[in-house]
Amino acid sequence: MPPRLASTTNILVPTGALGLGMTEQDVATGLAAGAHAIACDAGSTDSGPAYLATGRPKYSRAAVKADLLILMKAQARAKIPLLIGSCGTSGGDMALDWMRDIALEIARENGLKPRIALLYSEQDAALLAARAAAGRIEPLAPMRTVDAALFGECDHIVALMGPEPYIAALEAGADIVLGGRTTDTAVLAAVPLMRGAGAGAAWHAGKTAECGGLCTTHAREGGVMIRVGKDGFEVEPLSAVARCTPRTVSSHMLYENSDPFLLHEPGGVLDVTAARYEPIDDRTVQVTGSRFVPKPYTMKLEGAGGSGWQTLMLVGIQDPGVLAEIDRFVGQMHEVLMERVRNSMGAEAGVFDISLRPYGWNAVSGTPVDPAAPPPREVGLLFVATAATQELATQIAKTCNPWFFHLPLNPQTPMPSYAFPFSPAEVERGQVFEFKLNHVVHVDHPNELVRTEFVELGEPAYV
Amino acid sequence: MSEVREICRYVRSKNAGPFWITIDLYFHDREGFDRYANAPQLRPAAIGALYGVDPAMVKHFPLPDLLILKISYPRLRPQGGAMERDMHGGQQYIRLLDVELEANPEGVTP
Repeated sequence: MPPRLASTTNILVPTGALGLGMTEQDVATGLAAGAHAIACDAGSTDSGPAYLATGRPKYSRAAVKADLLILMKAQARAKIPLLIGSCGTSGGDMALDWMRDIALEIARENGLKPRIALLYSEQDAALLAARAAAGRIEPLAPMRTVDAALFGECDHIVALMGPEPYIAALEAGADIVLGGRTTDTAVLAAVPLMRGAGAGAAWHAGKTAECGGLCTTHAREGGVMIRVGKDGFEVEPLSAVARCTPRTVSSHMLYENSDPFLLHEPGGVLDVTAARYEPIDDRTVQVTGSRFVPKPYTMKLEGAGGSGWQTLMLVGIQDPGVLAEIDRFVGQMHEVLMERVRNSMGAEAGVFDISLRPYGWNAVSGTPVDPAAPPPREVGLLFVATAATQELATQIAKTCNPWFFHLPLNPQTPMPSYAFPFSPAEVERGQVFEFKLNHVVHVDHPNELVRTEFVELGEPAYV
Repeated sequence: MSEVREICRYVRSKNAGPFWITIDLYFHDREGFDRYANAPQLRPAAIGALYGVDPAMVKHFPLPDLLILKISYPRLRPQGGAMERDMHGGQQYIRLLDVELEANPEGVTP
C-alpha cells in the first residue's frame, strides 16, 4: 500500500446534488475528519431542457432547503467555506436567485450571518451573436456550425464557469459561494487549486466526487471526502457502510462521460489515461498519475428554448383482438386521426404532429417488434399532439378524442370503448423545449463573462 | 450462444450531455472481453447501423483494466425535444442485448 498523501486540501462533498437528501451525521463525520471546505453542485442538464428554458428548478424548495440548512449550519460551526455550483438545476440567473432567497431565509431563521457571494453566468444572446461573428465561438461535436440565429432562439443561455470565479470570491472574503452554471468538477476543484494542490489531482478528484456516493460501493449512501495533494488525491466515503475500491473509483470516470480518459474543462483537459488507483485501506482509494493539460480558456454554452406545445391523452387497452394486431391497429389509428384533424380543423391546425406510443409494446424504442413476439397483455396508448400553441394542441386532442376512444380494429366489429383513466381525457402538458447550443466561447479571462455580487447579511435590507 | 446478454454481466446506457448517449458493457471475465470487445457487431459501423447514426461519429473504447467496453454515439435529436422517448437514454442499451457477437480473431487491438 502506498503511503498517505501529505499536506492535502480536504473537501467534504456531501451529496451528488443539493436536494437529493443528506444526513447531519455524514456531514459531521466529514467535518471531524478535517474538511477545509464543503462543496457540491445543485444542477445539471441531465434531466432535459425545460429547467434551463424556464429557469425553474428540478427539486422541490423543501428538499433543497433541508439540505442547504444542514450545510449552512455546518459552515457556520466549522468556519470553512461552502461552495455550491449550478444552483437551481440550470444555474441560470433566475435559478440562482431562487437559491439565494432560500439561503437568506435559512440565515434569517437561524440567526446566521455568512458573507454570501453570488456568481451569475447567464449570457445575453446578442452578446454571443457578436462573439460568434468575431469568430470567438466554436461548435462541439456532433454540431458542426455556429449559426448566430440559434442564440436568439434560446430563452436562456448559460456559460459554464471554471473554478476561478469561486477562488476570486473566496479571496474577497466570501463564506458561502452560490454559483450559477459551473462544470461539476470545477466547484469541487476550486479550493484545492486555490490552496496549491496539483491540477491533475484536483480536477480528477472533482470528477470522481461530482456524483457524491456514486464512486463508492453504496451509490445512494451520502457523500465522500476528497483529500487532494500535489501528485494525487484520496477519496473516502462519509457513510460508514460504504467503501471506495479501485474499481468503484476508476469506473466512475465512465459515468455520463462519452470519453473515459479525457474530460474537457474551461482551461484545459483532464487526462486520466495514466492514472493509477490503489487502495489505502478497505474503504479509501489513492489516485495518482492524472494530468491536466492547459488549453486556451473556453466556457461551454448551454441554451434552451421553446418549440411548440403538447397535449396528451392516454387509453388503456386490454382487448385481445386489438392486442393481437397492435401494430396494424396503431398504424390505422394514426391515419384516421391525422385525417380527422385535417378534415375538421383544416389550415387552422397549422403545422402539427400526432405521435401514438403504445406503452407495453414498443413505445420506448419506437422500433419494430419481432413479428414472432407474443401479444402484450395490456397496452397504454399515449397520444401526443404537438402544435404551435397549447390551445391548438388541445383542440387537436379534442377533435381526435371520439376516434381515439372508440376506433375498432375492423370496421365491421361493434364499437369498442377503451379505458380512459382521466376526465377530461386530455392533459395539457405545456411547452416543448429543446437544447439549442453545443458550443464553447473563447474568453480572455476566466471571469470575463461572470458577474459577482455579495450579499451582506445583517444589514437592514435583509432584516 | 454468444448474445451480448450472455457475454456481459451488466450493460447500461445513459446520456452524456444533451447530445450524446454512452453505453458501458461490463464483461464477465478476461476471456469474454478479449474475444468479444472488438467483435464486428460492436464496432462503429454496426453500432451506427443499429442506432441509425453516422458510424464516423461512434466512439469505441475497450478498457482492459476494467473489462469494460464503452461505446458512445450522438443522439439523432438533442435530448428532450417533441419526439423524445427516453429522456436520459437509460433504456437505449436494450436493443444491444440480443445482438449476436462473433469473436474477433485478432482479439482486442491495442
